[in-house]
Amino acid sequence: MTAPEKQQKSAAEKADPGNRAADFGIDTTARTTGEAIRGYLQGLRNGELGSLPALLGLAALFVLFTILDSGGTFPSLLNLANLLQQGAGRTIIAMGLVFVLLTGEIDLAAGTASGLAAALMALHLVSGGNMLGAMGGFVFAVLIVAMLVAAALAIWVRVWAGAVVSVLTAVILLIGVPANPWIEMLLAVGVGVVVGCLTGFLVARIGMPSFVVTLALFITWQGVILQLIGDGGTLGLRDPVINAVANGNLSTLGSWVLFVVAAGGYAAVMLLQQRNRLHKGLVAKPTGLVLIKVGAVVVLGAVATFLLTRDRSPGVIAISGIPYVVPIVLVLLVLGTYVLDRTRFGRHVYAVGGNREAARRAGIDVVRIRAAVFVISSAFAAIGAIVYSSKVGSVSPAAGGGNTLLFAVGAAVIGGTSLFGGRGRVSNAVIGGAVLATVENGLGLLKQPAAVVFIITGLVLLLAAGVDVLSRRKSAAAGR
Amino acid sequence: MSEPILQLRSVSKSFGAVQVLHDVDLTVRAGEVTALVGDNGAGKSTLVKCVAGIHPIDGGEILFDGDPVALHSPSDASKLGIEVVYQDLALADNLDIVQNMFLGRERGRPWLLDESDMEQAARRTLASLSVRTVTSVRTPVASLSGGQRQTVAIAKAVLWDSRVVLLDEPTAALGVAQTRQVLDLVRRLAEQGIGVVLISHNMADVFEVADRIATLYLGRMVAEVPTRDVTHGQVVELITAGRSGDLGLARPEGVVGQ
Ligand SMILES: Nc1ncnc2c1ncn2[C@@H]1O[C@H](COP(=O)(O)OP(=O)(O)O)[C@@H](O)[C@H]1O
Ligand SMILES: [Mg+2]
Repeated sequence: MTAPEKQQKSAAEKADPGNRAADFGIDTTARTTGEAIRGYLQGLRNGELGSLPALLGLAALFVLFTILDSGGTFPSLLNLANLLQQGAGRTIIAMGLVFVLLTGEIDLAAGTASGLAAALMALHLVSGGNMLGAMGGFVFAVLIVAMLVAAALAIWVRVWAGAVVSVLTAVILLIGVPANPWIEMLLAVGVGVVVGCLTGFLVARIGMPSFVVTLALFITWQGVILQLIGDGGTLGLRDPVINAVANGNLSTLGSWVLFVVAAGGYAAVMLLQQRNRLHKGLVAKPTGLVLIKVGAVVVLGAVATFLLTRDRSPGVIAISGIPYVVPIVLVLLVLGTYVLDRTRFGRHVYAVGGNREAARRAGIDVVRIRAAVFVISSAFAAIGAIVYSSKVGSVSPAAGGGNTLLFAVGAAVIGGTSLFGGRGRVSNAVIGGAVLATVENGLGLLKQPAAVVFIITGLVLLLAAGVDVLSRRKSAAAGR
Repeated sequence: MSEPILQLRSVSKSFGAVQVLHDVDLTVRAGEVTALVGDNGAGKSTLVKCVAGIHPIDGGEILFDGDPVALHSPSDASKLGIEVVYQDLALADNLDIVQNMFLGRERGRPWLLDESDMEQAARRTLASLSVRTVTSVRTPVASLSGGQRQTVAIAKAVLWDSRVVLLDEPTAALGVAQTRQVLDLVRRLAEQGIGVVLISHNMADVFEVADRIATLYLGRMVAEVPTRDVTHGQVVELITAGRSGDLGLARPEGVVGQ
């Protein structure tokens, strides 16, 4: 599996030739299910809540809205599929934000940065690729220079991928590649990367507080969007491919293929990993629990796939199949989780968030890590922008403004990502995003005015931040 | 007497207007334990951090195996085989024991870490330190006690094939039995030919394990002598007054308040 690496023998091992690894009596590797459950409860008492409050909240909301909505619209398949599509864009923004939150920073500009990506994407589509004509020579020149500057700054903070993508984006605009849905999406992500390079440089290299940098950029991007689209204007996204991103569905066959790949892949990875850990005598979860977890995911996935492949709009035009946003979110979830859990970069992101000075002393390039998380966050925000713009079918100067950011930060925090850094997972954003989308959708169906929706969403976020603070205090107290 | 591995020659270090180290000389020899003693604020931790590549030095030079070396970053030091147990431990609370021990030097490919290799090596090292209090090597450091954290920090330093190990007050948070183990480990490391620097305020420990004692007084190296040539009382005098009989500064009063 790994390259045969020079196995260093540690100084301590040599100092103690009689290797007493087997003697490491109290280190429990394989635990029984009972012990594992007790350990989990102990962790909960110590404040390691993770996604548990959000999952319980989601279940409670489901029951609540199903009971309250006398019309029966809330639990209908059509509404649930619609809920997924409505929440997906902002949930993707939240997934990227997790990287920034993990390092103990905040990206308040993620919302309007996504709007900027959407605006440029739409402008490129509408103008048929002639951006120079669409925005005028001066604005065009400023844009290109900004992209090249971003590339240079990315090189300065050693975020190589950011530099490459920034240059590529500038090239696409310069040579006037004709409009094409795939090019538009690439362009949007490129704009996100450019924005991230600028933010990352200011925070990581100059050392400005991320709160101030991104607050300033939040307003700046809003102005740029207004400049590009014009007051009161909108840019239509009339393209079948872009339209399908948030409105289309997989075919029945495609849905089942997705189920087999996703659930099968999950089961294979979990079971192989478990076998490997037991075989090598490493710390492993009880096999019973792993089997239950895998079984639950497979069964729930199968049920959801079955329901979503039925016609959910009987009587009108038939709608069936898993919405495209599901595989999009799944791919990003798997990618983000893999990077954070299995790669050196991910490990260093956690380390920088947990103890920046310790990370520096361990030889980690802290500047690079802190800059890179902003690039990732903005790139995710741009992908989110593609999805929510596709849902609406147009881009207005309000894109990414309003409560987009509140939703994204809220989703990450409600799902269990700490605002203090060091704790969180990409899946937190997905669970938290589902909670907020459910609140919004459910209250809307109950004909509650926007005022109530805002107030309740805000209070849910406050509650989640409160849980974060309390659990952090508990885990600190449990330490010493 | 064995050959020196690490030598400091009139090393100076200031933080802004405050000079913390004044022309400090120190020699660390292979296979020997050098105790570094001094009052609080004497500059011991600063000296360790200069050797670790955390603080750049303002003057003087650092020699490794007789050659001058530039230590600009912690990785420069670890490449030479210099390992440090910091006084504040420098552990990331949110990471588990294995992750902390390999932080910055993870095994496997950058895009796929080799977790099993790291976990097994971490367990072997902890076992060789006779650690019996840790429940699992996958426990987050946040939930460990002070002594356990200190043990992890020490294990992290001895995990590598090192030439010089510097321990900054490694037994401060440890109980009697654990202190015993660390002192035994310090001796074992020296027996393997590693140059060990031990910072401690406990004179009994220092006299038990050290071959040489170096005393810092207000940022100056006042004496660097073989342990057998000095008494307890003399070392205490050197620490507190900068002078003891013929040893130490000629006019320690002169540097006070400088
Ligand atoms: N990063 C720093 N910035 C400014 N002053 C420092 C810094 N680190 C240490 N000092 C000062 O240097 C002096 C020596 O500190 P230190 O090396 O920690 O002493 P010791 O470890 O011997 O107790 C103290 O007066 C301390 O305040
Ligand atoms: Mg100190």
